[in-house]
Amino acid sequence: MTDNSSTLGESLRRQGVTRRGFLKFCTATASMLALPAGMAPAVAAALEKARRPSVIWLSFQECTGCTESLTRSHAPTVENLLFDYISLDYHHTLQAASGAAAEAAREKAMHDNAGKYLLVVDGSIPLGHPGYSTIAGISNLQMLQETAAGAAAVIAVGTCAAFGGLPKAAPNPTGAVSVSDIITDKPIINVSGCPPIPSVITGVLAHYLTFDTLPELDQYGRPMAFFGTSIHDRCYRRPFYDKGLFAETFDDEGARKGWCLYKLGCKGPMAYNACATMKWNQGTSWPVESGHGCLGCSEPSFWDAGGFYKALSIPTGDISRTVGIAGAAGLAIGAAAVGLNRAAKSRAKQQHGTVTVDDLEKTS
Amino acid sequence: MNVLDDINIPVDPSGALSGETGNALILLQEIAHAMRHLLETGESRTLDLLAIPFGPTDEDRLLSELGQGEVSATLNALGESRVWESRYSGVWVVEHRNLDGQRVAFQIEITRMPEILCAHSADIESGLKRLNETLITGRQGFTSENPQEEP
Ligand code: SF4
Ligand code: SF4
Repeated sequence: MTDNSSTLGESLRRQGVTRRGFLKFCTATASMLALPAGMAPAVAAALEKARRPSVIWLSFQECTGCTESLTRSHAPTVENLLFDYISLDYHHTLQAASGAAAEAAREKAMHDNAGKYLLVVDGSIPLGHPGYSTIAGISNLQMLQETAAGAAAVIAVGTCAAFGGLPKAAPNPTGAVSVSDIITDKPIINVSGCPPIPSVITGVLAHYLTFDTLPELDQYGRPMAFFGTSIHDRCYRRPFYDKGLFAETFDDEGARKGWCLYKLGCKGPMAYNACATMKWNQGTSWPVESGHGCLGCSEPSFWDAGGFYKALSIPTGDISRTVGIAGAAGLAIGAAAVGLNRAAKSRAKQQHGTVTVDDLEKTS
Repeated sequence: MNVLDDINIPVDPSGALSGETGNALILLQEIAHAMRHLLETGESRTLDLLAIPFGPTDEDRLLSELGQGEVSATLNALGESRVWESRYSGVWVVEHRNLDGQRVAFQIEITRMPEILCAHSADIESGLKRLNETLITGRQGFTSENPQEEP
């Protein structure tokens, strides 16, 4: 068990971090939280007084991709954020203890921090048979229920925990369900994605550290700051979509010129995630920038959404006709799309008036 | 990372795949607006470049438009940071990297002096404390070697 009594400010000063270093940390944190850039001093004032929360992390039916994503995060000194500024009291992939000692650590953390600890869950929960997935002989369902009982809030990390994900894909052989299908009496934050963007996972933890509250959530329980805008609305290929210029294959002229990937099955228009701005691999790139459409991995049932390479929104399956019309009437449709985009943006703005890029975009 | 860096990625020399969104131009307009605001009210503004949906070439375009002005500084605080004034006075580019050298913040500040460059009271206080300790230790050393100079 770690010492949870000192504030983040005290802990940083003890480590010899200067105000400049602290301000830099807060600037990076504000950026990660998608707060207006000028809010770094407010973040600094809040983080100065933040105390380390105890975190219990449970992994159920999952592939460990979410933990992999997180531990490769480049978010502001995330190693510190995770291992110094939160007290990660149980994570059976990362912790050294195993077996009875690990379970004892979980029970101790639950007891010592009753009502105050954060519960992070990755993976879905099989209801088909308790034996499908167990930890130390305890079924996933039982472990979730008993650990959630004393939690302040639950963070469902990854599409499996948030919506059932791959294990729930038809025919759902294990009867997989999401955390919110089981836990109904606690605040739940869904951080979806397969895996989620690492900075989004740490961003939610940082939000809790900074403000001691949960972030504003969308209809699927996802933080608005990261999931408030569609991939399509932030996609740099959008001007091509608006002009009706589409890649038809992965190696044609359109693909080489970086045209829109809609016809190749891009799910950007229905996917809400932060990939287009936060990007992946230390901000190197993101799927659409590397030439592949978005799979919509942050959305419920994305595995069963009709095929990764099938174009969206054509219930009849007649892709060429719809896109052909878009191409022919490119300008008009483009203008309409921009109009829709504006409406969506102003909606997003009303819902969370803190996102700076919307303020910037309104000048466009 | 070295292995990854060794993979040769052919670049289309025609520049056809420009991937430019026009966001650089929008940002320049926003910067001009913030400069007027700074002159009129004295208020600073910050633009978070990591929140802008940049295409592959937008950032280069913006930075080349901004250019390099008279002042630049490198800080070492929880990793390296670079701050430079663009060729437009009062417009600063601030890039923070973490201890692994990865970029964690990238901003344009429209201000007379970026906050991160200023010395902060808490650091001045702790500096003064350390200097006082040095003076006391120094004086003791000085005293033992040159007793006649002590009053
Ligand atoms: S359909 Fe996909 S590639 Fe095209 S603009 Fe939308 S998100 Fe970008
Ligand atoms: S681009 Fe789409 S499929 Fe890819 S990670 Fe982002 S939301 Fe998921």
